[in-house]
Amino acid sequence: MTDDELIWRIAGGSGDGIDSTSQNFAKALMRSGLNVFTHRHYPSRIRGGHTYVEIRAKDEPVKSRGDNYNFLLALGDSFARNPQEEAYYGNEEIKPLSENLDELREGGVIVYDSGLLDASEIENFDQRAEENDWHVYDLDLRGLAKEHGREVMRNTAGVGATAALLDMDLEHIEGLMEDAMSGDVLEANLQILEEAYESVNEDYEHTHDLRAPTGSADEEQVLVSGSHGIAYGALDEGCRFISGYPMTPWTDVYTIMTQHLPEMGGISEQVEDEIAAASLAIGASHAGAKAMSGSSGGGFALMSEPLGLAEITETPIVLVEAMRAGPSTGMPTKPEQGDLEHVLYTSQGDSNRVVFAPGDPAECYEQTRKAFEIAYEYQIPAIVLYDQKLSGGHQTVPEDVFDEEPNPDIGSVVTEQDLEEAVQEAGRFKRYMYDDEESGFGGVSRRSLPGQKGGNYLASGNEHNEVGHISEDPDNRTIQMNRRMAKLDAIRTELSEEADHQPVYGPEDADYGILSFGSTKGVIEEAVDQLNDEGHSVKAMNVSDIMPFPKDEVTAFLESVDESLVVEMNASAQFRRHIQGQLGRFGEKLYSLLKYDGNPFEPEEIVSGFESRLGEEADLSQYNVRIESATGD
Amino acid sequence: MSAFNAIGEEREIDRDEFTPEIEPQATWCPGCGDFGVLKALKQAMPEVGRNPEETLLVTGIGCSGKLSSYFRSYGFHSIHGRSLPVARAAKMANPDLEVIAAGGDGDGYGIGGNHFMHTARENHDMTYIVFDNEIFGLTKGQTSPTSPKGHKSKTQPHGSAKQPIRPLSLALTSGASYVARTAAVNPNQAKEILAEAMEHDGFAHVDFLTQCPTWNKDAKQYVPYIDVQDSDDYDFDITDRGEASEMMQEAENALYEGTVLTGRFYHDEDRPSYQQEKQATGDMPEEPLAERYFDDDYEWERSYDLLERHK
Repeated sequence: MTDDELIWRIAGGSGDGIDSTSQNFAKALMRSGLNVFTHRHYPSRIRGGHTYVEIRAKDEPVKSRGDNYNFLLALGDSFARNPQEEAYYGNEEIKPLSENLDELREGGVIVYDSGLLDASEIENFDQRAEENDWHVYDLDLRGLAKEHGREVMRNTAGVGATAALLDMDLEHIEGLMEDAMSGDVLEANLQILEEAYESVNEDYEHTHDLRAPTGSADEEQVLVSGSHGIAYGALDEGCRFISGYPMTPWTDVYTIMTQHLPEMGGISEQVEDEIAAASLAIGASHAGAKAMSGSSGGGFALMSEPLGLAEITETPIVLVEAMRAGPSTGMPTKPEQGDLEHVLYTSQGDSNRVVFAPGDPAECYEQTRKAFEIAYEYQIPAIVLYDQKLSGGHQTVPEDVFDEEPNPDIGSVVTEQDLEEAVQEAGRFKRYMYDDEESGFGGVSRRSLPGQKGGNYLASGNEHNEVGHISEDPDNRTIQMNRRMAKLDAIRTELSEEADHQPVYGPEDADYGILSFGSTKGVIEEAVDQLNDEGHSVKAMNVSDIMPFPKDEVTAFLESVDESLVVEMNASAQFRRHIQGQLGRFGEKLYSLLKYDGNPFEPEEIVSGFESRLGEEADLSQYNVRIESATGD
Repeated sequence: MSAFNAIGEEREIDRDEFTPEIEPQATWCPGCGDFGVLKALKQAMPEVGRNPEETLLVTGIGCSGKLSSYFRSYGFHSIHGRSLPVARAAKMANPDLEVIAAGGDGDGYGIGGNHFMHTARENHDMTYIVFDNEIFGLTKGQTSPTSPKGHKSKTQPHGSAKQPIRPLSLALTSGASYVARTAAVNPNQAKEILAEAMEHDGFAHVDFLTQCPTWNKDAKQYVPYIDVQDSDDYDFDITDRGEASEMMQEAENALYEGTVLTGRFYHDEDRPSYQQEKQATGDMPEEPLAERYFDDDYEWERSYDLLERHK
């Protein structure tokens, strides 16, 4: 918990511009050469209600939100005091200040808007400030904003005050404002920024030690979310068709794609429901486009039916599943990893799908590309599984991660020359051929596209023979099932041949392991560093290939350690069960660390969870986490 | 574009080309109205000059869904109620295809009702054939959305308490730009209407009355009525929504009273198709999307060029 880092929290009401202000401030920190990680906490509500965004900035790589924070900018919830008579807006005006105190570090800095907030309304505020050595600055940000522009610009005043208190140069912030606005609005904002900066420097004595860290990261960084990673990966794979229905947090990737597809000559369709959304992706792919769709928990449940259709018709599609806390509507704006089994097993019959779970925005990009490659080469649905944390959280990523060539390859499709020589039956192309030599590899039979001469066939959701006609012949059924099932093994082999497949983090010869999947990657890496610094011997593997499961890699990992903690954000240890189910052993070596309160893990929780497993003194009762043995107590 | 050169090939088309060389054994019952749809569709194809390889027939499931097995073209036998979303995306990805969707009354007006409404509203350039026999056939005779009120079945033993769906009015209200009803027992009219529907540049809905001799012998329209209906010229302005609506209601009321009125009920040739609308707003490329993947000269844009906004 050192202060070589800034963890800046801006708190206010939903709809008060917290998100855009924090985005700009995060960028300004990045432009000053720092690495940045953002965490967004918001209620399922459009306006009003306590919300905050945390920005962690450090000279070294930042992989998680960190433990607690050290700078609070409390703006007040302007929608809590809506003047409309008889409208109920609650009484939450004070929350941006009162709700955030528990996590503020000792010696931390508080700037609050005295134009909206009254600290004396908060029980024991002064006493707590004194005990924790907090440095409190009350500024009439609202008044300042009103004086020079409009009330909403109080965010800008807050940023100006922040810059003064942290000894930051205004240059990057001003530059961003000039990029984003113009005219009177820009003038007013610049003036407010300047005024706030000056008045803090002139009127307040700076009693705190906290200063913005100096950045030395090279400038070739970009600030992107996991949703950007997925959208950009899809675009670079030549995905030019997306269909969807809005649902938090899947909407992020859907809207990013929609912003760019028309100008790139692609098509985005908002449709009536998620059954339609996935079915449209199937239709577009069948006709020869690279297509994707997606949703979150409840919406993905509706896609169960078309998912099976894509599998049996062998139509390549990529679906995105952005997890949020369930069951049912659950907590729409909170992260959880509770849809793992849903994604693995949804749909009828012995169905196969490929599932990737990227751990950070860069992996979102890389694995979405991989998902398209595998889906189109093997004619199988591929799912990119991530969660609300990764969906909206932004992180600095080296720009060259995205410096890759596009791949418009449509996969295993026949040419018309092939069709001239292809085996036909009953006037139809043997699209679902099961002769390995003729059809290719790993269960894949090449497909033709509607419009290709000599390639007509029937893609059927019923079990079908080689030309696609419905068939209940037992021999055909067995062969077709075997052929479709063979794909997963072939994909597993192909993926395992990639360099650095399922990399291990930490010392290779460590005694203990931590296993995880998806968005917990960064926070676990930070915890591993901390544990090893403290003299433990720990390494971690964040598994990104969920299906087909990298059995050899995970087996080798588990064989090399005494025991392993499986860290995941759900209540029923779904990922641990998946490991046990896939490997059929290691129950005695696996312990779960579970968190499902709607907030992502912080490094400290993992460190404490790990230490408590080793019988060391660690108080888990202060956290919403639980340790569970794979074999029961 | 070598990938799709069957499209636009000009030649004489023979209806027999749409028959698979070895016909799979039809699972329809003897006397089933579905044979009439298949026959009419095969007869309509040469009239619109489409060959099997540029035609994509997307079906749902149930007896009607098997149409794609007995019709030789590119086919997609999808799932119950979902033929429309599959079909309309295929049309968007490759507008050069002749896209036909087909399903039953349960499929189209029940489980797929939502898709029907929205596909009609968007006015995709495609033909939608609904096999309307007022019954669930393949699941053995349950009440369907078009079964008359009072209809008794194993799932409604005391008689259905529901009013039937009014497919023609529903199509019109939803935004279909061509609405017609025909019947398996009237093959010449059926052929003409299907050909007209395919040539129509917009969403053409054809409510196709079919008889189910196994589960719904009592339905009124199964009495051969060619003699009953003298003509399908009802003397109203077919392009006027108000007049079309009145005529549709008359036909829909009459059906359950024993008079079967078939024919064309609405034809709006002026309304742009969804594809045209979407191209006009810049949301859809002029060239078929599907062809781009085979164009070696096409320059694919890179996400790298989008990074400016993230710096």
